[in-house]
Amino acid sequence: MKEEFKIIANSIEKNKSVLDVGCGDGELMKFIYENISEKIRGLEISKENVQKCIRKGLTVIEGNAEIDLQQFPSNSFDYVILSQTLQAFLYPEKVISDLLRIGKTSIVTIPNFGFWKVRLNLLFSGTMPVTKTLPNEWYNTPNLHMCSIKDFVNFCNKRKINLFKSFALTNNKVSSINKFNLNLKNLTSELGIFLIEK
Amino acid sequence: MNKLDNIKRIIIEKPLKLDCGVTISNYPLAYETYGSLNQNKDNAIMVFHALTGDQFAAGKNPVTNKDGWWSYVIGPDKALDTNKYFIICANVIGGCMGSYGPSSVDEKNGKKIGINFPVITINDMVNAQINLLDHFNINKLLCVTGGSMGGMQVLQFVASYPDKSKIAIPIACSASHSAQNIAFNELGRQAIMADENWKNGNYGLENMSPSKGLSVARMAAHITYLSKKGLQEKFGRKLQERDKIKFGFDADFQIESYLRYQGSIFVDRFDANSYLYITRAMDYFDLAKSFDGNLSKVFKNSKTKFLIISFTSDWLYPTAENREIVIALNALNADVGFLEVKSDKGHDSFLLDIPDFLNAMKNFVDNSH
Repeated sequence: MKEEFKIIANSIEKNKSVLDVGCGDGELMKFIYENISEKIRGLEISKENVQKCIRKGLTVIEGNAEIDLQQFPSNSFDYVILSQTLQAFLYPEKVISDLLRIGKTSIVTIPNFGFWKVRLNLLFSGTMPVTKTLPNEWYNTPNLHMCSIKDFVNFCNKRKINLFKSFALTNNKVSSINKFNLNLKNLTSELGIFLIEK
Repeated sequence: MNKLDNIKRIIIEKPLKLDCGVTISNYPLAYETYGSLNQNKDNAIMVFHALTGDQFAAGKNPVTNKDGWWSYVIGPDKALDTNKYFIICANVIGGCMGSYGPSSVDEKNGKKIGINFPVITINDMVNAQINLLDHFNINKLLCVTGGSMGGMQVLQFVASYPDKSKIAIPIACSASHSAQNIAFNELGRQAIMADENWKNGNYGLENMSPSKGLSVARMAAHITYLSKKGLQEKFGRKLQERDKIKFGFDADFQIESYLRYQGSIFVDRFDANSYLYITRAMDYFDLAKSFDGNLSKVFKNSKTKFLIISFTSDWLYPTAENREIVIALNALNADVGFLEVKSDKGHDSFLLDIPDFLNAMKNFVDNSH
């Protein structure tokens, strides 16, 4: 299992309820189901992935987070997970407010557009960056709203969202982000993982 | 010998108070089973049939000599695997395949009950079929499932008996009949009642039944079961055994011939009055209504795990209506999964060999057992 999923799973307490938004093929869900909590459900837009989840015995609703998160009642889950999907939404701000409404704690991960390779890529080639975590070209990328770790931290401050834990991930190495190392982490990390609350 | 003489049937002595106020008792309920019940009696699945279905969901239907209506779903190694599960399917009351219905004979005067049969509801159908659990000494079913009107019965079953099934798979259905659904049913009923042989429901001999009206009802309904794209691809403007149009009202087009054929074979196996009663039951179906109009309240006490399935090209019970059930269950934080299967075969998709549909069903049931 990828390092990102391990960090997410480690952030979840035993037997608490979990909603995985954009759960993909259910890999993370299955791990959580088997090791941490059976009270886990998913929301996924791809029919193929929903099939894979059903095959794994997972409860998943086929749907679009931007439309279908509305139907989930407030405070209905202890945790809501959003793994590397925020940048693909038309209205990421609306999705974040839904996550905060539905879950007591939300775990959001983002590919970091402030990563030095991304910056160099644009600086030297003059074309939109294509990297390991951002493999698509500008004309076929599903990513509509790329942001950096610093952008996300600033967003939380501005919206008075309680960002109480942040991790940075590079080459499968995890480190904590704090206000003193934010600029450095924003430069050296491929992925940001954030635990937020209302 | 009557073709219905050899079918399995129980006589239900326990009185059943119907929603219309009439109480019935000592009435027959015809059923069929597939696979075998295990020692723990925890492998039973109840399948509910749609408007024109019957208890012969799999294998050969002994009356029509055709494959059962859910042959793709039920059988060895299939989605509902008869090597593992015990499948029970009953003919709904109001039906015409051996259960108590308008074509049953009134013992008092030896005549068919006809239009004197009480108006029934989906709730009444489910309340009659729950008796089969006692008959087989089953405390709790593994699964209840069905498509279309069968799906409505699934929803009603879980609402009425929240602890009687571990999982539920309502397919291509709705929690209440829409104006469009009612409109199409009314069209069918009016076609039957406009047939002079209907005689206010008191038609007697089989050759004097309102078969023209029933056939038109079936033709109209059949169109609603298919998608525009499906029809276009299968028939287009292809002509029926001729090179050019004949400037008349004979079946020039293949689609005309196809519908006529569908209508004609239907009248051989279905009773016109049953068609009136069952479509009425569907129209009256509004699950939330008896719970302050709040669909969530319907499932408040249920611990049943749901998988709801819809089909992309189904415009009779479209995805949006299936989603309303998902939303209601979600509001309760119920264990509900949802899948919209891609198919251009319209509402009929739930009866067809569509691997995505069959696989999802199989995986869900097998993982839940």
